[in-house]
Amino acid sequence: MKVLHSWLSEFLDAPVDPSAVAAAFDDLGTPVEEETRLGEGLDGIEVVRVLALSPHPNADKIQLVDVDRGDGEALQICCGAFNMAVGDLVPLATLGTVMPGGMKIERRKLRGEWSNGMLCSDKELELGDDHSGILILRAGLALGTPIVDALGIQADVLWELEINPNRPDAMSVMGLARDVAAKVGVGFVRPTPPGGAPGVPVTWVSSGPGGRVEAGGFAVDIADPDGCGRFVARVLNGVDPSASSPPWMQQRLAHLGMRSISAMVDISNYVMLELGQPNHPYDLAKVAGSTLRVRRAVEGERLTTLDDVERTFTADDLLICDGADAPVGIAGIMGGADAEITDTTTDVLLELAWFDPTSISRSSRRLGLRSEASARFEKGCDPAVADLAADRFCQLATEICGASTEWTQVEVRGTLPERPPVTVRTARVNAILGTELAADTVASLLDPIGFTASRLAGTDDHEVTIPTWRYDSATEIDVIEEVGRHFGYRNIPNQELTEPRSGQLTSLQKERRAVRRLLCGLGLAETLPLPFLAPGELADAGLDPTGIELLNPLVAEESVLRTALLPGLVAAVAHNHARRQLGIGVWEIGHVFLPPPEGQTLPDEREHLAVVLAGHDAPAAVEVWQILAEQLRLEQPSVRNAALPGLHPTRGAEVLVAGQPFGIVGEIDPAVLGRHDIGERVAYLEVDLGGLYAAARRSEAYRQISRFPSSDIDLAFVVSDEVSATDVERTLAGADELVWSARLFDVYRGTGIDDGHRSLAFAVRLQSVDRTLTDAEVAEVRAALIAAVGSAHGATLRS
Amino acid sequence: MIDEIRRIQASSDGLIAQASSLDALAEVERTLTGKGSELLGLKKGLGALSPDERRETGLVMNEVSEAIRAAVAARRAELDAEAQRVLAQAERLDLTEVRAGRDAGHLHLVTQTIEELEDVFVGLGFTVAEGPEVEDDWHNFTALNFGRYHPARDMQDTFFVGLGADREVVMRTHTSPVQIRVMEEQEPPIYSVMPGRVYRNEATDATHLAVFHQLECLVVDRGITFAHMAGTIDMFTKAYFGAGWNMRLRPAYFPFTEPSAEFDLQRPDGTWLELGGCGMVHPNVLANCGIDPEEYSGFAFGFGLDRLASTRHGVTDLRELASTDIRFLEQF
Repeated sequence: MKVLHSWLSEFLDAPVDPSAVAAAFDDLGTPVEEETRLGEGLDGIEVVRVLALSPHPNADKIQLVDVDRGDGEALQICCGAFNMAVGDLVPLATLGTVMPGGMKIERRKLRGEWSNGMLCSDKELELGDDHSGILILRAGLALGTPIVDALGIQADVLWELEINPNRPDAMSVMGLARDVAAKVGVGFVRPTPPGGAPGVPVTWVSSGPGGRVEAGGFAVDIADPDGCGRFVARVLNGVDPSASSPPWMQQRLAHLGMRSISAMVDISNYVMLELGQPNHPYDLAKVAGSTLRVRRAVEGERLTTLDDVERTFTADDLLICDGADAPVGIAGIMGGADAEITDTTTDVLLELAWFDPTSISRSSRRLGLRSEASARFEKGCDPAVADLAADRFCQLATEICGASTEWTQVEVRGTLPERPPVTVRTARVNAILGTELAADTVASLLDPIGFTASRLAGTDDHEVTIPTWRYDSATEIDVIEEVGRHFGYRNIPNQELTEPRSGQLTSLQKERRAVRRLLCGLGLAETLPLPFLAPGELADAGLDPTGIELLNPLVAEESVLRTALLPGLVAAVAHNHARRQLGIGVWEIGHVFLPPPEGQTLPDEREHLAVVLAGHDAPAAVEVWQILAEQLRLEQPSVRNAALPGLHPTRGAEVLVAGQPFGIVGEIDPAVLGRHDIGERVAYLEVDLGGLYAAARRSEAYRQISRFPSSDIDLAFVVSDEVSATDVERTLAGADELVWSARLFDVYRGTGIDDGHRSLAFAVRLQSVDRTLTDAEVAEVRAALIAAVGSAHGATLRS
Repeated sequence: MIDEIRRIQASSDGLIAQASSLDALAEVERTLTGKGSELLGLKKGLGALSPDERRETGLVMNEVSEAIRAAVAARRAELDAEAQRVLAQAERLDLTEVRAGRDAGHLHLVTQTIEELEDVFVGLGFTVAEGPEVEDDWHNFTALNFGRYHPARDMQDTFFVGLGADREVVMRTHTSPVQIRVMEEQEPPIYSVMPGRVYRNEATDATHLAVFHQLECLVVDRGITFAHMAGTIDMFTKAYFGAGWNMRLRPAYFPFTEPSAEFDLQRPDGTWLELGGCGMVHPNVLANCGIDPEEYSGFAFGFGLDRLASTRHGVTDLRELASTDIRFLEQF
């Protein structure tokens, strides 16, 4: 919403400095997004006449303009616009002028031709948004007249404000003025246009919700009282179709972002901006039966709107129809093209209504059609302001278009939402705000913005009437916010929390951090790619191609939720590989999204960890797994060779904790690498980190170390390829309590070893906490170990 | 005999000095003092001498033996040192030529920022809560007091997921659904922060991301006021940004808080940074989570992290944060 200082000031009973108004806007929650000082910086700009136009010898997009400042001399200007003709009067920023935007005009050469100033557009003068060409001034102005005088420009301030959805009142100049007046402590002046000449309008009102009322030769009929809470209509006769709106009105509209169309349309927009009441003037001659009827659309019904687009409706949409029940407009959103005001319109049927915000919002969204009117209706207009707006419309139409009218007003009432008074407890106000406001203070903060507070006898509490212009406000907490807003957030003192409490990370969060540090310690870099994939990206990574899909992705390339981190990290390697950044090592901890389990709506969302090591083969990833398992003190971590999706057919394994699978490790499938143009081996580990946090852990109990010397023995077994080396190691480690450690140190395949077998050599350290082991004891344990491995794995000692 | 001994002594100096290696020195030592050496032969003849001569000769013999031992030890030390020198020369390394095959690794700058913020809040007595990134309508909208037709539910802003009923499942548009999950699962008092990844269906550019990160702070307890919220935001501001920073609150609107505010931070140089939104938890939100709004009150505030993380390092295009380029990742 934009607002001008001059316009706003018409509603204040004392002058308020623009800086005070701007500060009030910020404090009231309608913050100034942009402030423009109008009529300043125009001092060096004057009226000149175009004497001649000629092409620039060295440039297509610039022409040479000779202008006369009044001395008859031709002054050459280079200009990028081509909309002026010889003889036109245009504004020239003379040398030395500092433009409103801060640019200084100096004599300079453009492509070899001198330019002695700058011809200005509307926008450059900050008179409007039009930058399509140079502003052509009305004929008859004296050359050399300062532009400020020529256009009758007065200094003003234009603000663009951010308006929140809970401030329907702030969508009008009057509403903003009411709020500002209360904040800065001046009086708010509600306008009182003449109620019609000679007297107040005669109003014909319906008795119940909805129905038809006819008077003065026109009628209103509400067939859907739930959608239309109030409908006020008047007729204006004898409109001069050739009248144009006065410059002051056109300028105000332009500043607030609306183009001047015709007097009648300009007045309609002006009233809406000023009072917040959207309204619609119809050409009475084109409204069959001089009747406006509000009803829901028939499924599939069509209407061409003012913007020349044919719209198709559903039974949810609310329409304005004529006496023949043909649609003439979409209620609260946009009028139809057929009953539009034109340059032949002499009689106008004026609509001022209140439509149900939800209904307007739904239709507007479904139709993808928003307008200044719908923006106001969907926030909730003031149902009581229609009378004032009607008077204001008629006043302006009389002044500008010479309209005459019998001032008959027809009104049909639908169902307006109930607005019961709210009990506001002063203690509650202070308990929420942390203030110590007296009951009287609460009332005095509310009264100026129309929240009328009457004290409940014998208490500090009030019964507060919600003003009709605050559709958003309905409960005690809403009123407390108003108290806080007008008391001023900056006046509420900071207070420290005093409740004793202890802050800490959960053990899971601490472990996640430890894992991050571990991966950094391995020299790897964290990456956070987008969790969205392109269709086919899962398949390209060798995985099950089905992933949960977004219904409304930004782009198709980001439409599938990842089921694994693999595709993102393969893409990361490919990205770097394509830039000759080989051998990268990166990792990611992030969520993946698997189909919902039975009976659940949300996906099976898990936190995964993945490590990708380009330029390395599978063992590098297995080592990372082993180090990770050590960090997390996992119980019996191991791997089980397997052919797995995405991994090299013979260089992959499941990772296991106590026999349960938690992820995959190995090398990325050469076919996957080929599809990504990756020309190096890539080792890969991906685990369900969330699962690992909950997996079986090794005991934290301390294992006593011995003061006595240890004995080392090496044992090599011939073991079938079917048997896991880890399992053999675990058998050794668990076979006798004297075994301190067992570690695989050599693997041999070849001469002397049967096919399908390999020799696994283990270094076993024996240790007792209370004695030095004798040779006989060592021999006994050795025999026991051989027997254990033999029986558990069918392995024999290598001879 | 003394003359013999003296002669041996005289010749030993040269022999020892000429020994050019440890092995040669050992040979010389054996020749001079070992079994079958001349000196040992003479020593065996001592017994044949008169007691006086024996005493005199013995003293000389001991003196000479000692002198030879000392000379050998000195020469051995010399040769040892020389050998060490030679070995050291042979093992010379130019340490300026060393390059680590790996580095200290890199935490993503967003992760670093999240951890720093978590640490600040843990220090202020908060716990850290987490929740899913795919949410249902209840947690992301309805429980947070979003009306059925609130604009934030619009197709413009929300990624809808192809699960459940129409528009029932969404990519969470903010971290606020974690507030609901915390309040549903935990009785007050609640002092928690919730960092995480969030999603908005908005075109990305240098300053806007569709996938970004937020952190929210939630307090629910007896007697919590707007003044506590202001004090907590101020304390956080000074703890994270520094003592010279200040904050201000401006009225705003969010469905899930009332009164609501935007909070801006003032840098020590006086300029402002618009950081986030805040407010008193709306009574409807407390009630939706089974918390009696007459007994408890609370506040929440939240802000986006990505700009904080980027600004600190001068990253001007937020889209870089999703980069997988190692040249980007290894700078942090």
